[in-house]
Amino acid sequence: MSSTLSVNGVDHQVDATPDTPLLWVLRDFLNMTGTKFGCGMALCGACTVHLDGQPVRSCSTPLQAAIGKKITTIEGAQSAVAKVVQQAWDEIQVPQCGYCQSGQIMSAVALLERNASPSDADIDSAMSGNICRCNTYQRVRKAIKNAAEQLG
Amino acid sequence: MRRFSDTSETELSSSRRSFLKIVGGVGAGLTLGINVPVVASQMGGRAGPSVAGENFAPNAFVRIGLDNRVTVVIKHLEMGQGTFTGLATLVAEELDADWKQIDSEGAPADAKRYNNLHWGPMQGTGGSSAIANSYQQMRTAGATARVMLVAAAAQQWSVPASEIQVKQGIVSHQGSGKNATFGELAELAATLPVPDAESIQLKDPSEFTYIGKSLPRKDTGKTDGSATFTQDVQLEGMLTAVVAHPPRFGAKVKSFDAKKALESNRVVDVIEIPSGIAVLAKDYWSAKVARDKLTIDWDEGQAMTRNSAQMMAEYREQSKKKGSLARDDGNTQKALQGAETVIEAFYEFPYLAHAAMEPMNCVALVNRDGCEIWNGEQFQSVDQNNIATLLGIPADKVKLNMMFAGGSFGRRANSDSDYLIEAVQIARAKPGTPVKLVWSREDDMQAGYYRPAYVHRVRGGLDAKGNIVGWEQHIVGQSILAGTVFAGGIKDGVDGSSVEGASTLPYKIPNIRVETTSVEEQVPVLWWRSVGHTHTAFSTETFIDELAAKAGQDPVALRMKLLSDHPRWQGVLQLAADKAGWGKPLPKGWGRGVAVHESFNSYVAQVAEVSVAADGGFKVERVVCAVDCGVAINPDVIRAQMEGGIGFGLSPALMSAITFDNGKVVESNFHNYQVLRINQMPKVEVHIVPSAEPPTGVGEPGVPPIAPAVANALSAVTGKRYHELPIKA
Repeated sequence: MSSTLSVNGVDHQVDATPDTPLLWVLRDFLNMTGTKFGCGMALCGACTVHLDGQPVRSCSTPLQAAIGKKITTIEGAQSAVAKVVQQAWDEIQVPQCGYCQSGQIMSAVALLERNASPSDADIDSAMSGNICRCNTYQRVRKAIKNAAEQLG
Repeated sequence: MRRFSDTSETELSSSRRSFLKIVGGVGAGLTLGINVPVVASQMGGRAGPSVAGENFAPNAFVRIGLDNRVTVVIKHLEMGQGTFTGLATLVAEELDADWKQIDSEGAPADAKRYNNLHWGPMQGTGGSSAIANSYQQMRTAGATARVMLVAAAAQQWSVPASEIQVKQGIVSHQGSGKNATFGELAELAATLPVPDAESIQLKDPSEFTYIGKSLPRKDTGKTDGSATFTQDVQLEGMLTAVVAHPPRFGAKVKSFDAKKALESNRVVDVIEIPSGIAVLAKDYWSAKVARDKLTIDWDEGQAMTRNSAQMMAEYREQSKKKGSLARDDGNTQKALQGAETVIEAFYEFPYLAHAAMEPMNCVALVNRDGCEIWNGEQFQSVDQNNIATLLGIPADKVKLNMMFAGGSFGRRANSDSDYLIEAVQIARAKPGTPVKLVWSREDDMQAGYYRPAYVHRVRGGLDAKGNIVGWEQHIVGQSILAGTVFAGGIKDGVDGSSVEGASTLPYKIPNIRVETTSVEEQVPVLWWRSVGHTHTAFSTETFIDELAAKAGQDPVALRMKLLSDHPRWQGVLQLAADKAGWGKPLPKGWGRGVAVHESFNSYVAQVAEVSVAADGGFKVERVVCAVDCGVAINPDVIRAQMEGGIGFGLSPALMSAITFDNGKVVESNFHNYQVLRINQMPKVEVHIVPSAEPPTGVGEPGVPPIAPAVANALSAVTGKRYHELPIKA
């Protein structure tokens, strides 16, 4: 069955079953591979995208829950906040293997969109769902603060 | 796909526009003849004839295009450790290129040119050896290209080569005022003879402009989702495969029913392979759902039924008996018998999963020409041989595309090529169709290859004055090297990877005896970031603290005294202690602990500060790290590896363990195999010891000291001793 999905401002027709997780719709049906598969259980955050501006784990969000919502993925992270966050990530040289970083950035953007000057506790709370096995956490924290300053 | 894989479709088409000329080889270990044209297909696996002038490629590592881009071919896997940056820095330094004009590109599988010089004829990445084995080779490659660009300029401008300067990618001659980019000289340079490697002069370290600077990384595309991992490879007509693995190691398929699995029109086939039942579908989710609908009857007659507690109890008994001798200084038995005080500890370490963020996966295409693989490729020579043997084809018919790896931590360097072989087993059933094998997190965590579980028995003796007179250690656990291509590393029953870090104990103790016993289990085991040091650093560095406490000596002062013959150990220890404010007061409930350890010829000391709450819970607040890895190629990458290594080592220190219950792996995903998260990450500061020694690796050496430093810090608060990981406070 075909569904209409709005991803990064573009409508797509998707022929996937309604229970297919949004992650796999993005990756296997729309060929948008920036959003990563890490755990399949909303435990690691690698698959984080925005649904109407809210960060969600796309591995555990069925397609039917995303229909009619505005989906933003790393490929479409173009907001002023997103650009500053990506710049901060580059400047602080956050990524190592990089696999989790799409999810880290999407979580960080969502945090800064609603909280312009997050405390350490705010960062912990917003980012503790995003695992990085390279343990770039110290730089993630620094980059978020750096971005907050620039946005300030 | 991004500019990464040598053989991706887009890359192939762009390379056809700029053909290559390969005229020779340089560097230790390379055997290409000087001035003998080599067919272009040997370079980067690219097609196309050798056309002089369109591109300048003086050796297997450097290509300079007419567009003034300098491509550095990186023979090691980029898995986050920074090798795309580090190796490119070595070329850029000697070439005097502009860092902005440098692109890094993964090398194809070709051990003749891209072997790891520390591993003989093998191509592969591991043992924190990338920088160490490439230091001369990559610098020579860059310097050779520079000499040829200068020669081209001298010829073109009719001036002496000795008067020509190269700076930041510009070749210039002051007297005539002429200058040119590399791209402008590439065509002429490509026609010139490649100088002998022996004639190439490398810079004196005082002339370095890039080495020692924190240049930005070259493994880009990681902040906008454009970097391509194996998981992201999309090929025309590609199928996705998932595999139902046996519930226990040693079990086999008896029979299966795929009727329900095949009901979906997106499921293409279900096939039996040696490692289980594979479902092939047009997408991952359809394959996964179909896998859940399989009915499989497993033959568990030969399956493992062991429990972790049972293993630990057996290993503990074994550790009291004699083992194979790894080191025997003096007469330890006599020394301990004559000691005033003897203390004894049994250490326990569980199995550990690598749990890289990118679960294992592999794209395989088998056709009549051979086999092509897309993979976070870490073990080229081994994987090529294993796949070639399976398919009955020559190794050079197995083409390996080295993708970015979403972490490895040792997992992708596997003598069995386990998940690659699984992918090829499936793909060979669908000749001509590319197949992407995708493991779920559960597959990744339960299908094996773990850091082995170990028990150490350690005994130490003090004389009446508090001097350590004897040290005896027996390490019991599975051998990582047994049955692998590295089995030669087992000598007289001693697997070097089980005892490294203990058999190399640097402390000046007159009597030291280290033994090991390798036990057999059905659990597939593998090295895990820093290998034997993951456990030996913990037992040795907490036990030395325990002895220091018994002797009433300061942990830093005692170590400094016992390391008097080891200035590099002392250097990092003193630096970490000074920067951490060792001995200065801390808030109530806080404690400080230290550990120092050498691994892979790099020296690391860490001072951890922990705070202990009233309920006994604790937090690692701050870690001060000092590292001596010889010449620091890129200080920021070194800092990143220390920060990451500390975080990585905190997971097994605080929370991670793989356990077995009646032969089944209990843990399946990140809810029950917990790993460090941002709220648990301490503040880390890294200090690098200035050094002119040859550079050594940083990928692994940051890991070993953190667990003992934390345990020692906890002991400083609680007075208790910790002999088990993860630490139970």
